[in-house]
Amino acid sequence: MNTTLDQATIEKLAEHVENAELERREILKITDDYPNMTFMDATKIQWEIRKRKLARGDKLVGLKMGLTSWAKIAQMGVEKPCYGFLMDYFSEADGGKIDFDSYIHPKVEAEIAFVTNKDLRGRDLTIEDVLDATELVVPAVEIIDSRYKDFKFDLISVMADNSSSRGFVVGSHCAGPRDFDWSTLGVVMEKNGEIVELGAGAAVLDHPAASVAMLADMLADVDEYIPAGTFVMTGGITAAVLMERGDSINVRYQGLGSVGMKFV
Amino acid sequence: MEQSLIHQIGDQMYQALVNRTTIAPLTTTYPEITIEDAYQISLRMLENRLAAGEKIIGKKIGVTSKAVMNLLGVYQPDFGFMTDAMRFDGEMPISKTLIQPKAEGELAFILKKNLSGPGVTNADVLAATEAVVPCFEVVDSRIENWKIKIQDTVADNASCGLFTINESAAIDPRKLDLATVGMVVEKNGRVISTGAGAAALASPVNCVAWLANTLGKFGITLNAGDVILSGSLVPLEPVVPGDVMTVRVGGVGNCTINFS
Repeated sequence: MNTTLDQATIEKLAEHVENAELERREILKITDDYPNMTFMDATKIQWEIRKRKLARGDKLVGLKMGLTSWAKIAQMGVEKPCYGFLMDYFSEADGGKIDFDSYIHPKVEAEIAFVTNKDLRGRDLTIEDVLDATELVVPAVEIIDSRYKDFKFDLISVMADNSSSRGFVVGSHCAGPRDFDWSTLGVVMEKNGEIVELGAGAAVLDHPAASVAMLADMLADVDEYIPAGTFVMTGGITAAVLMERGDSINVRYQGLGSVGMKFV
Repeated sequence: MEQSLIHQIGDQMYQALVNRTTIAPLTTTYPEITIEDAYQISLRMLENRLAAGEKIIGKKIGVTSKAVMNLLGVYQPDFGFMTDAMRFDGEMPISKTLIQPKAEGELAFILKKNLSGPGVTNADVLAATEAVVPCFEVVDSRIENWKIKIQDTVADNASCGLFTINESAAIDPRKLDLATVGMVVEKNGRVISTGAGAAALASPVNCVAWLANTLGKFGITLNAGDVILSGSLVPLEPVVPGDVMTVRVGGVGNCTINFS
């Protein structure tokens, strides 16, 4: 995969995008100034942001896929999925209160997350390979918070922006990898007591485990892999729902209880 | 509406059904038509079907999803009757029987006890349910180009067409959370939509209770043995002969239908 940006520019853009996250302010999408930059350039910017956070002492706690559902791809007008990383300070409590001001314009989406117990590496992994390498599956809600103004972005800009990662809530009821058919598992999201979104696992690339396999494939582009013990969020089953201060979210998962939070 | 006009329109709807023709929206021809008139027309249409030898084997609820409610601008469901002539398993001959068919994935309830409204609660529904099965309902409209308002679809037996259920995937309702149960619909091998039980009035159990209580006002009972179609959990999908569709229901099973 080709690149167009030199290391100094990658570092500069990483600082620019990360500062927007740290200072909770919107920026314009970076492809406005770098129209020729590639997906690999964006990947390098994201990895540079990750390096900056690790150097600061933040801990890496997981990986995520983004834009994996037909609903999201249509909502955002992009052409393929992207991935990102999760840091320790992204984690929010199940049933807890979330500081609305620590986000720019948070949106929530219901997901299924996997915890691996074997390394997943390479380009041709199947759903079965992923399930064989899965310790447990747990319901989760991701809180995305694109740094781009009004969520206006393209795939390259969002990849550079750590795929809009900023928060996540893990449910309290996990299951073994073959306890359910993850493609037909139903999910119902309520905002302030009203049903706003629903769907089933197949909304994510036909099967959430296929999203984990695709993550391994995308990581292979930079000679990386999914190490054993990684928490992987597979992408939204539902469209993302914009939050306002005071909003409560409750997501019910078929056979796996519910995940809730309130933005205060 | 006068009784005679109701009979005339009911007979006209039945002829459209049999001849596979469409008519102008009733709400255009008869702008004053009420929902009550429309129910009486649908009952007249049903009388014709029964006179032709069809037997009632179940009931359906329609207009249960937000998408369809917004489309019709009506925020209440409607109902229709299912006859033995509407059920096809395995292969469904839509080219010979339907006009402008659309398929929707649903859950069907098979009852083991009567449910007579008013006063039917969700607990009554669950206690009266023998099993839940995956179902495709193929809706159709005798109204040209599906230009329906609520009165048009009510008069047209809730835009009924045909249906199929997979009884071998029947599951006891005690083994399922009907509000969160997931649904995946595939058309010709590709996933086209997903949904969950809550898409129909927040729970398919609410739907069956509504149906029992609403039909109770007309003196009609949901009977032991009836198949109750509880409302679509996914968007409607137009189908043509040659299409193959599968609905997969989480924790329940599949139902596949070949359209011919």
